[in-house]
Formats: sequence, structure tokens, C-alpha cells
Amino acid sequence: MSENVSTAAVLGQNAAELQREARRPRRHRTQSNAGAHTVLLIGGLIMVSPLIYQVIMSLSTNQQVESAPPTIWPGVLQWHNYLDVFAQMPFGQELWITAAITAVRLVGQLLLCSIAGYAFARMRFTARGVILGVILSIIMVPAQIYLIPQYQIIQGLGWLNTVIGIAAPGVFSAFGTFLMRQFFLGLPQELEDAARIDGASSFMIFWRIMLPLASNGLWALGIITVLWSWNDLMWPLVVTSSAGSAPLSVGLANLQGVHGNNYPVLMAASLMAMLPILILFIVLQKRVVAGIGRSGLK
Amino acid sequence: MSASTAETSTVGTAGPGTAKASRPRRRGLRPDGPWPWIFVLPTVLGVAVFYLWPILKTFYLSFTTVGVFGGSTFTGLANYLTMFSDPQIPQSILNTAIYTVIVMLGIPIAVGLASLIERPGMRFRGLYRTLYFIPYVTMPAAVGIVWRLIFNGDFGPINWFLSLFGIAGPYWLATPGFALVAVSIVGLWMSLGFNLIIISAGLREIPADLYEAAQVDGASRFRQFRSITVPLLTPSIFFVSIITVVNGFQLFDLLYVMLGKSNLAMPQTQSLVYIFYNEAFLQNNQGYASAIGILILVIIAALTAVQFRLQRKWVNYV
Repeated sequence: MSENVSTAAVLGQNAAELQREARRPRRHRTQSNAGAHTVLLIGGLIMVSPLIYQVIMSLSTNQQVESAPPTIWPGVLQWHNYLDVFAQMPFGQELWITAAITAVRLVGQLLLCSIAGYAFARMRFTARGVILGVILSIIMVPAQIYLIPQYQIIQGLGWLNTVIGIAAPGVFSAFGTFLMRQFFLGLPQELEDAARIDGASSFMIFWRIMLPLASNGLWALGIITVLWSWNDLMWPLVVTSSAGSAPLSVGLANLQGVHGNNYPVLMAASLMAMLPILILFIVLQKRVVAGIGRSGLK
Repeated sequence: MSASTAETSTVGTAGPGTAKASRPRRRGLRPDGPWPWIFVLPTVLGVAVFYLWPILKTFYLSFTTVGVFGGSTFTGLANYLTMFSDPQIPQSILNTAIYTVIVMLGIPIAVGLASLIERPGMRFRGLYRTLYFIPYVTMPAAVGIVWRLIFNGDFGPINWFLSLFGIAGPYWLATPGFALVAVSIVGLWMSLGFNLIIISAGLREIPADLYEAAQVDGASRFRQFRSITVPLLTPSIFFVSIITVVNGFQLFDLLYVMLGKSNLAMPQTQSLVYIFYNEAFLQNNQGYASAIGILILVIIAALTAVQFRLQRKWVNYV
């Protein structure tokens, strides 16, 4: 949960950052920044070097990986390692499961957190404050406090080793509800009042006016949900026991030593598992920024 | 979010006053009818079933012991007494503390790098932020496999690099002590980009005229950094250190993937969350695991409370 909070922090700050960047007057360059660029570039290369190493090793032979001075460049690129992944582990099946649980949680959270968040922000009903307080307290609690009974519930429902069982608890999110509530609180009340005077129903106000305005919140929530759901390890590890029913994270974590040590295939599998998220991150970074710029909301 | 949550929540607390003023007007308008309940019901039910009830049940389970043939019996404080005499527990708390301290070294690094990125007239800021942030979005289970190879004792690039200086590198992931350092280095690598983004945002909050005034007074760049940048950055540093401690106590994925269940160095390297997982789902001691879960809750709550107390001593709010 705390990772969700921290990712939200990054997304939220991206918003503020953009506006500030626009406002900031261009200062004259008083000194050369060459030294700074050198340090940042070397540091940045160190940060991505494990991934570069991974790409090179995924295209090598196992002998090259296991050679004592590391092979800098494999010479003949072993592209077949990527195909071998599908022969050596149920990668396709695991990819499908990862995508399915991510999709179920994404759709579920976007829908449920936005309606509940809106109600908590703008509607009046009995015990609103108390219910919100309970939901808030759940955000603060570490996952170990509810993991065992969650497992027992999924087991009792007969949902172990199923997509719905892995996805189920994560469809509901105290954090997501709170995040959306905060976004709706920041929207102008006047729009709502105007629509109400025009005779719009509560549902129409939410669906036609407020939800489109909260698109930045939905983007932020969506990105956090996808990131967390795709990378999640412990929960799927707990509720899956057969090889064909687990997502990629579990499949990769339990792969060690099973097929001897075919390092190039391992590197290829690991890279393919991360790639959708890496691509999504680079693409969505722009989407989030554009969404914030379009609505111009704080 | 820290900053913007704070902003929006002040809007929220300011809300009741304005809402009260407009209440008669709203009463006259069409009421919400059943919509509030339709909107909150799925979330309330889901949270009650999958979170609230499980939390209460964990407290109950921590006072029970699972029998050999399943079924649990109430055993009072037995699990807690076992916990206080279990040598694994202090060892794992120490491991987590060491892990957290090493990951915290990333905070000063992030301050240094962020102040370079945010220098006036700097280009390629987006590129640098992306480079440093990429590790944060990688799947721990996948990237842990890569790091296992990097730390390999026989042909890993780290030991090759050390051999250039005549140092014979250890079998990192099989040696107690070194295994924890290796996992911590990866933890630092993964969290650095997040720290960098938060601290960069904090840097942009500092008004430029402070630096101009300091320059007029003849303060050196280092003096400006020490007397303006660092003090005004303390709220961001505080936020990042809270997150680092909370996440540090959640250490599991990297341990599980880099060391593996059968690693002989695991007992000296494991975290509290790993013991929780092992007891709950491998040893079937769900009562004992529940007690450990509650210990994790208490430790995180206590550390967060201490950090909030200490912040008065070193965090400057303008």
C-alpha cells in the first residue's frame, strides 16, 4: 500500500511541476553545466546498466554468460532465446493471467473508487465521516495484518488458483477511494450547483460533469493500479499453487534452478515480463502530463 | 502527493464551513436520493469483507494455534510469548534496520543528483529523470533474477570488477552478511528514482531570490547549498525518509527472488515479512504468523510516530 502512496506522490508532483516549469522565468546561464551533465550521465548509465547487461546476456549463449571475464558482446545474437522462453516455462499462460488480473483490478478500481470517492467528497449521507475514517485507517495498515484471513476467504470461496481469486481483494481499494475523493474535493462546486438548478439528477451530474473533469485522477489511479498489480508478488504467491495458474511474477520467482541454469533464457523471460510496464511508463508519463495540462486544474 | 494531498485536505477541512453556509440552498435543490448509497455500497462491502473483517480476524488468530489436523484452538498469549523468545525475531529486525539504513544512503545521493538536475539552465531534465526513475517501475521478481546473475560469485560482473583491483569477491548471495548488503544495494537502486523525483519537486519550491540575495552577500555555492538548499529541503527529505522506513519494513520480494527459499544464508538475512510469509504459508503456523503481523504493525506505527516527533528538531516548515 505504501508503494501506492509513494507513486501517487510522484504523479501528483508531476502536475505541480508542470505548471511551475511553465511559470519559471528562464534564468541566464551563469556557469557551464558540463560537469553536472557528466555526473548525471554517468549516474544514469549506472542506473540502467543492469538492464543493458540483461539485454546483452539475453542474446548470448549460456557458455558466454558463464565465462569468467564477462562477455561484453556475444558476436552472434541468439534471438532464439526469446522463443525458448515459451518452450521452457508457461510464459504465454502466465502473461495472460498477469494481464487478466491487472485488467480486472484496473476496471474495478476505476469504477468503484471513482463513484465512492465522489460520494465521500460531494454527497451527504448518514455516517459518512465514520465510514471514511474506517477506510482511511485501512490505508495505514501493513498488508500482513489482513493477508491470512484474505487467503482463508479466497480458499473458502473455492477461488484458489483462479484469476478472480488473485484479482478479488485488489478490486477494492481504500487508497484509491481516498485518492479519488481528494480529486473530487478539488473540483469547483459551482458547476455542480448550476447543473442541479438545470434539473440534472445526482447520477447525471457525476457521470456527465464531474467524472470527465476527474480524468487526471483516473489516470493517476489507473497507473498506480497497473504498476502495483503487474509487479505484485506475495499475494499471487499465496493464492496459487499450480504452475499454470500463476502470474508472471510468481512464475519468474519460482523459476530458479528448475531448468538447470539457462541464464540467457532467464534474462529473456525477465525482460519480456517487465517490458509492457516499461513501455507503458514511458508512454503514459506523457499522457499524465498532457492530461494535467489540458484541464489546468491544480 | 504529500504536498498536494495536504493542499486538497485543507480544502476539505475548510469545506464544512462553506458547506454549512450553502446547506439551506442545497436542501431546496433536488436531494441525492438513493445515489450516495448506490455509490458507496460496493466499496463499503468490499472493504468490509476483504479488509476490515480480515484485520479483526488477524487479531483473533494471533491468540490461537493451528492444530496438527487443522482447526485452531485458543491459546491466549502463547504466540506472543513464543515471539519474544524466538531468536529469529531480533535477528530479522536487525536485518531490516540494516537494509533500511543502506537504502537511506540513497537520500543524500538523491539530494546531490536532484540539485544537479535542477541547476539553472540545465537541459535534458526529462531524460535524466526517466533514466533514474526506470528501476522504480521494474518488477522486483523479474529484475531480482538479473541482480542474482550480477552478484554471481563465479562469473558475475561485480566480482569481475573487484578482481581488477585484486579483490577476490565473495559468493554474495550465499554468504550471511554479504547477502543482506547485496539485497540492500538493489533496494537502494530501486528507490533512488522515487527519492529523486520528490526531492526535485522540493527544490523547485525554493524561491530563486534567496540564492540571488546570498550571491549578493558573497556566499559561496557550497555555503548556499548548506544554508539555503538543505534547510528548505528538509520537508521533502522527511517525507522520503518516512516512505523509506515504511517500505524497508515491507522487504520481501527481493529477498524471495534473489536468495530463494532454500538458501542457507536466509536465516541470517530474512526480514520480518519473510518470517511472516514462511510461518503463515509454508509452516502453516497461521496463529504465530498473525502475531508477527501485529508486531510489524506496531513497529511501523512506532517508528512513524518517533519520526514525526523528531521532525520538530530538524524539519523546517516555512
